[in-house]
Amino acid sequence: MTHLPLYQQLLDSCAALLLLLSFAMLSQRRVVALVNLYAVQGAVLAATTLLLAWRTGEDHLYVSAALTLALKVMLLPWLLHRLIRRLQVHRDTEPLLNVSGIMLVGLVIVVFAFSLAQPITRLASTATRSAIGIALAVVLLAFLMMITRRKAVSQVMGFLSMENGVLFGAMSASYGMPMIVELGIALDVLVAVLVLGVFFFQIRERFDSLDLHHLESLKEHQ
Amino acid sequence: MHRLVHPVAAPFPMLLIGCVGLLLGWTVIGLAGLVRPRSVVLAGRLLFPLGALLGLALALLAGASLLGGGIERLILPIGLPNLPMHLRLDPLSSIFLLLLGASSFGISLFAGGYFRVGEGTAPGLLCLQYHLFLAAMGLVLIADDAYSFLVAWEVMALASYFLVTTQHRIAEIRRAGFIYLLMAHVGAICLLLCFGVLQGGSWHFTFHAMRSAHLSLGWATVAFALALLGFGAKAGLVPLHVWLPEAHPAAPSPVSALMSGVMLKTAVYGMLRVGLDLLGRPVWWWGLAPLILGLFTIVYGVLFAAVQTDMKRLLAYSSVENIGMVFTGIGLTIVFAGSGLKVFAALALLATLYHCLNHAFMKSLLFLGTGSVLHATGERNLGRLGGLIHRMPWVAWLTLIGTLAIAGLPPLNGFVSEWLLLQSFLFTGHLPHAFVNLLIPMAMALVVLGAALAGYVMVKFYGVIFLGQPREAALARAQDCGWLERIGLTWLALGCVALGLFPLQVIRALGAVTQQLVGAVVPQSSSHWWLLAPVPERSVSYAPLVFLTATLAVVLMTVLAVRLAYRQRERRGPAWDCGAGNLTARMQDTAEGFGQPIRHLFQPFFQIERELPEPTDRAPRYRVVVRERIWRLMYEPISGAVEGLANTAARLQQGRISVYLLYSFLTLLVLLAVALIR
Repeated sequence: MTHLPLYQQLLDSCAALLLLLSFAMLSQRRVVALVNLYAVQGAVLAATTLLLAWRTGEDHLYVSAALTLALKVMLLPWLLHRLIRRLQVHRDTEPLLNVSGIMLVGLVIVVFAFSLAQPITRLASTATRSAIGIALAVVLLAFLMMITRRKAVSQVMGFLSMENGVLFGAMSASYGMPMIVELGIALDVLVAVLVLGVFFFQIRERFDSLDLHHLESLKEHQ
Repeated sequence: MHRLVHPVAAPFPMLLIGCVGLLLGWTVIGLAGLVRPRSVVLAGRLLFPLGALLGLALALLAGASLLGGGIERLILPIGLPNLPMHLRLDPLSSIFLLLLGASSFGISLFAGGYFRVGEGTAPGLLCLQYHLFLAAMGLVLIADDAYSFLVAWEVMALASYFLVTTQHRIAEIRRAGFIYLLMAHVGAICLLLCFGVLQGGSWHFTFHAMRSAHLSLGWATVAFALALLGFGAKAGLVPLHVWLPEAHPAAPSPVSALMSGVMLKTAVYGMLRVGLDLLGRPVWWWGLAPLILGLFTIVYGVLFAAVQTDMKRLLAYSSVENIGMVFTGIGLTIVFAGSGLKVFAALALLATLYHCLNHAFMKSLLFLGTGSVLHATGERNLGRLGGLIHRMPWVAWLTLIGTLAIAGLPPLNGFVSEWLLLQSFLFTGHLPHAFVNLLIPMAMALVVLGAALAGYVMVKFYGVIFLGQPREAALARAQDCGWLERIGLTWLALGCVALGLFPLQVIRALGAVTQQLVGAVVPQSSSHWWLLAPVPERSVSYAPLVFLTATLAVVLMTVLAVRLAYRQRERRGPAWDCGAGNLTARMQDTAEGFGQPIRHLFQPFFQIERELPEPTDRAPRYRVVVRERIWRLMYEPISGAVEGLANTAARLQQGRISVYLLYSFLTLLVLLAVALIR
């Protein structure tokens, strides 16, 4: 049995934690808890980035870590909490059908993601290449979460979590994206949350609820 | 091998540049209409007559080019990068440009007096659409590559669509416009594919490259079939004619005149261009398709014309019939040309072209006549017209010329082309193919039947509208048309007369076209300039001037004889009352009644719904609706299948966000899996 260096063990634990958080989000019913989980996920991501920056000495990874911390651990959760309070949905729970079934589907997806990541892992030369599979799994699990949720806020959480996965994937495969792209994505996420917040208000105004099945009535009928 | 080498340095294309200038002029006139879109004075009194003058100039240029018989080319650097616009003026283009210019002169003058305020689209906008339509038709005729041709073709279709839906507030008219647009697009798709086949793998889309592409027989046949479908849909060949009887009643009359008189001919032009020019020497049995479809179209069109009660719908079916004549001529031309009988092919082509010219004048004249009647009375239904010859003498007498011409009576123009067509049928016995040379002469009977029934239809058309007694009291207030309209109608009527009286001169001018397309001219004896004989060694001939003189002499002598014999004993009485007195308008034959024998004899063609009143009915109403079976047999199954397919596809649309997300999720997974496997 080979001994992994400490930083490698730390990185792998962080990756495992991210995957665990994704599963937690997938099974979490309460909206407020979802936001908290998202903040934790952001914190783990920031920690991973910092670790990687310290290990590789790449300057822009420090900036990226700071950005992640500011945006995903503080600003966005705060915005979302405020939104939830003002929309008065903080007590909302969501009837999740068949949690165990969803978990099983999630497991299959993780296996799929790992087998998919294998050829990429062989090509990559980064210290974190074993985490590529986890990044893919996080993206796909977030997608699965968006599919299984009916409340607008939880769908946005899925969307944001997916973005975490993408960022993590980029970092594992090639030590992050170029600075300008990363900044752009960060700004995009911020704007997306603001715009979606406006949408929430509009949807609630129209249907008195944030349940998305009301939107089905917008479909054109014969 | 590079195929785009242009042959010998061409002379300076003066006439072609002139044509392009005139087309641009039409566009500018159209845009000028937007300066004051609500002004009838600007559009009607200034722009439309100006456009008419440009039409006349175009006709003169085209005539000069036709007599010169040369070919001019021009490459304009407009359009997409590396795709300049190729233009070409040859005898075939010239004859159709002549047709466009000459008939649009009359129609534009008429239109200047016709359009009023408050009828749907504003006059200025109409002016734009109308002149764009004209310019697009001109561009279709001089385009020398597939791109310019199709662009012009689509502009033509769109401009005419907007013209048809001038009264777009009426749902019925919007529906008619939709059917037209749909058929136009089906046709355009066929043409697109046709040109795709014609380039034959060279990927050069100029007509020059297509002429030198060597297609295998199979692909050439496919191209010909696609062209027949595409151009047939535009021309109104049965069973693709369904838009004609819907669009013509919906459109304002000058637009109907332009569409029926000129636009249908651009389809004929396209058919001739592809069938006889781009495809090189045709295979003789290709000609059987347009021949058979044309013959069927003749009979079908004329039968439906006979049972119509809407005057513009009647004329639309009559256009279908005439297009049948033209396509019959094209079919004969191809059969002859493919069999190597050049002179006979030239004769059939001559009949085709002559009929196009004739139809442009006479059908425009008739549509404009119905327009005047419509404006004066507000009525399209034949059952509410009658006796208008007293109220509207100008319209009535000028329309009479068109009626007689289209019925095929000598010495007017309709007779000449039908006679030429029948003459060329007589030569089909010379064809070197067994059975075919026996069957085609028999098919001639159908042409004769069509010509005879066309006479019947025209008696109905003219008799019910203009003769007899007015069927409604309101008709007494009908006014004759204004002076611009009179000039327009007179010009077209003069065209009918001139084409009828001087066929030899016309045929000589058409010689350049037949020489270009089938490589022969119809020989004419030069000693008798007044005598028309298709082929000198045969003894048939026709001399319109002699016929006219003799007819006039007989009529004059009869009048004089009656005057002399019954001097002082003449007395004026009510017509046709047979001494009974007190004839009322309700005793006249009606449009339905006049068409009843046809409806009865040819019942299998029609789908008839009839409501007969009870004998005891206090307010008896008789209603009969004649529909085409083709809707139920062909179009309804097609539209049903399309709708079913669309509904199946619509099941994908659930309206639930998570389902849509699921779609993209599954797509993502499948794509990733594919990437994994490879």
